[in-house]
Amino acid sequence: MSKKKYPINTEVAYTYIVSNKRLTMVAALGVTLGIAVFIFMNSMLAGFDKSSSEAFFKSIPHIRIYKDDEISKPIDHQISQNIPVIINPKVVPANNTIINPKQVIQLLKNQSDVAFVTPQLTVGVFYNNAKTQISGRAIGILPEEANQMFNMESYVVEGNVNNLKNNINGILLGAGVASKMNVKEGDNISITSSIGMTKVMKVIGVFQTNNSVVDKTTAYINIAFAQQLLKKNASYITDINVNIKDYTKAKAYAVNLAQLTNYKAEDWETANETYMAATKMRAIIIRFVSISILLVAGFGIYNILNMTVMQKINDIAILKAIGFNGFDVVTIFVSQALIIGLIGIVFGVLFASVMVASLQSYYVGGDIGYFPIYFKLSNFIKGVAFGFGVTFLAGFIPARKAANVDPVSIFRK
Amino acid sequence: MKEIILQTKSITKHFYEPVEFKVLDDISFDVYKGEFLTVIGKSGCGKSTLLYILSTMDTEFEGELFIDNQNVSRWKQDKLATIRNEKIGFVFQFHYLLAEFSCLRNVMIPALRLGKLPHDVIEEKAYQKLELLGLKDQALKPSSKLSGGQQQRVAIARALINDPLIIMGDEPTGNLDSVNTQNIFSIFKELTQEFGQTIIAVTHDNDFAKASDRTIEMQDGKIINQDYKFN
Repeated sequence: MSKKKYPINTEVAYTYIVSNKRLTMVAALGVTLGIAVFIFMNSMLAGFDKSSSEAFFKSIPHIRIYKDDEISKPIDHQISQNIPVIINPKVVPANNTIINPKQVIQLLKNQSDVAFVTPQLTVGVFYNNAKTQISGRAIGILPEEANQMFNMESYVVEGNVNNLKNNINGILLGAGVASKMNVKEGDNISITSSIGMTKVMKVIGVFQTNNSVVDKTTAYINIAFAQQLLKKNASYITDINVNIKDYTKAKAYAVNLAQLTNYKAEDWETANETYMAATKMRAIIIRFVSISILLVAGFGIYNILNMTVMQKINDIAILKAIGFNGFDVVTIFVSQALIIGLIGIVFGVLFASVMVASLQSYYVGGDIGYFPIYFKLSNFIKGVAFGFGVTFLAGFIPARKAANVDPVSIFRK
Repeated sequence: MKEIILQTKSITKHFYEPVEFKVLDDISFDVYKGEFLTVIGKSGCGKSTLLYILSTMDTEFEGELFIDNQNVSRWKQDKLATIRNEKIGFVFQFHYLLAEFSCLRNVMIPALRLGKLPHDVIEEKAYQKLELLGLKDQALKPSSKLSGGQQQRVAIARALINDPLIIMGDEPTGNLDSVNTQNIFSIFKELTQEFGQTIIAVTHDNDFAKASDRTIEMQDGKIINQDYKFN
């Protein structure tokens, strides 16, 4: 036969769809709602997760490289084991600077998984206001690089982070410090470093993270100024902050960096174990909520499409009686389900997009700002794949069942 | 020597719901090519059940069924569907058309499924069958808009479309008036005599049965007479 066979299965499926418009619409609407809720809820969960992580990484790098304190070791290897020796290990009072930081930074930057590297120097300080003194820490940074790494702009509430690099004696104060010292942008503030250096600095801005301990103690200053406060030279760096491309891999990657640099490399998970436990719990909750939505939406879609097939069960028997085989029957009802699914999915994606977009522009306030929800492509892909999967099964399972029985057993019911 | 087209050997069937009941008991008979066979019997004697087994739409039975010299008793569903498509035309007691399709489409669908002829030839053929049954003017109406008798005639046209070896009818004239019954009867007669097709019809209509080539009488699931003679 040279002529292609007439696509009668497709015609039957198409006829069912157009001649039962109401049922088609209801079924498609069921798919639409299922898909929309699935995508929307997952976008919300992803947004929540992302905003929590972002808030966290506002002040903490993925990996921090520093020189760990060393404990003195007795030089007793030559002494015979029989002679008792009194030893008293102490922290070696060597300075904890990183030697030749530029070279180390360059080495780190050359690693393929490393996204960003910037040095940091933390100084213990007192903020002075008349007779009050507040202890805290001033973090010496390279303003441009630190801004890129921690997205500092997003939590500066007064002034501008870029002003820091134009003012060598500028200081970006935590909101808690600023209010206690009663200063605002443009005012001067006197600070005293741990080695007794007192300097007058100009407040160029105020930041507010959602961590009150940070806000009440921390200030950012130029790294060069921090070196002055400690009476050190320009190569005195205690910490190198490293961000990698996938922060979830920090733990494994820190080991590599420690070997590479010969310094201590501490990943964010190790440095914040309490936070990690909370994160893990959050991940579990999110996963379970996501699975629940999947089940509920999936069941809804399955039911309504199953109904469209079961309504045609008598037709299946007739089709079988006049010579349609199991494959034909399955093809007819799977195509019907998939076409309804396609209609539903298109509207579901549109509906979800509208909901995400409208919630995205809702201003919550505080340091959250706009509601944290994002268009995440993987959620949409998952939603579409899930929709097609469920609609396929909803057409396939009942059709397959009906295809395998005697036509008469359907007529007899 | 007459050629056997369909043969049963000791077909027995039980119903298990609501209680076990032997609906067919040791049914054995031959049907010859070109024969117009009718099956009569009281309501509940198992004649419709037998016809469903002969049409391969019911596979739950014991015994052997031969169609066109092939033992189809233990064939798989898909293979049976093919044989129904090619070799058997079935007319149900209650029409059973596809409600969403026009009469013409209903008649065409088995031929479109078979796919041996091009679409336009099938359409032409379907019109001919409908004309034969006096329904050409109803061809494009949705099948659900027709009367019961008209629907039954569409179902007969559908059974004829693939020129099957055997046409089976469960009360094929049950919903028809005498004029149409007479018409169907002469169509069946012509099919058997001119084209060598075989008809097996279950009927309550004694006049219809009387005019057929042979009548089998059933009672309580058994054949009590292989060639019933009307007085």
